Amino acid sequence: MAKKKMKIRAWMEDDRANVKAIIFHPMETGQRKDKATGKPIPPHYITEVTCTHNGDTVLTCLWGPGVSKNPFMSFRFRGARKGDTIRIAWVDNKGNTGEGETKIR
Amino acid sequence: MTVNRRTFLRAGMAAATTALAAGAGLLSPGRVLAAWPEQAFMARSLDDALAAMNLGGARASSEVTVEAPDIAENGAVVSVTVTTRLPEVESITVLVPKNTMPLISSYGFGPRTEGFITGRIKMRETSDVIGVVKAGGRLYMAKKPVKVTLGGCGG
Repeated sequence: MAKKKMKIRAWMEDDRANVKAIIFHPMETGQRKDKATGKPIPPHYITEVTCTHNGDTVLTCLWGPGVSKNPFMSFRFRGARKGDTIRIAWVDNKGNTGEGETKIR
Repeated sequence: MTVNRRTFLRAGMAAATTALAAGAGLLSPGRVLAAWPEQAFMARSLDDALAAMNLGGARASSEVTVEAPDIAENGAVVSVTVTTRLPEVESITVLVPKNTMPLISSYGFGPRTEGFITGRIKMRETSDVIGVVKAGGRLYMAKKPVKVTLGGCGG
């Protein structure tokens, strides 16, 4: 892989799983202008993110351009065990997609 | 009649199924990955954004906590956490009333997911950050003022 597009960590804390993830994405609002040319920079941001635990959806995110560049997210859920799989998949306003997965530690 | 019986039946079935799903609340965001709510995200006022997300009329509640820094030196990256101990959390939505487009993000929760979400948002200027929680079919909200010293939405 040329460039890593996502970092995910997941670990058990008592009986709940903690998940933290960073997705590498420019999250352009479409309101900024290129300082050199004065032309507007087209919007480019993630719109939907789906987080699944062993195939069961635990969190869906609807994002707009107000989410920061290289979005970070953290959430918690119950009913998981060490070794289970967490998968995070996203799609942006240009139709690009990305995904990553990890095992719960 | 030019409509043949098979086509007619199929159309009827599809309509009935959709009505059933909507009636059971299955089409609310979070349970199903609904189409991205463009109208809500492009809304230029807090009230329009809330209305478009069906979140109008949320009451201020001590059951919801919005954590954010008192002063954000860089409005491009402001860490926000919304937590609630309410049961049956269906969604948590984050808004910044003074941003050009107030709706930032909306999270749909599964039945096993706790009422907790952290993210990083952009803030154009000093404003409240609002968290709206939908739990058990009811709406709750809380806000936290954040002073922004350098706006994060411009160039």
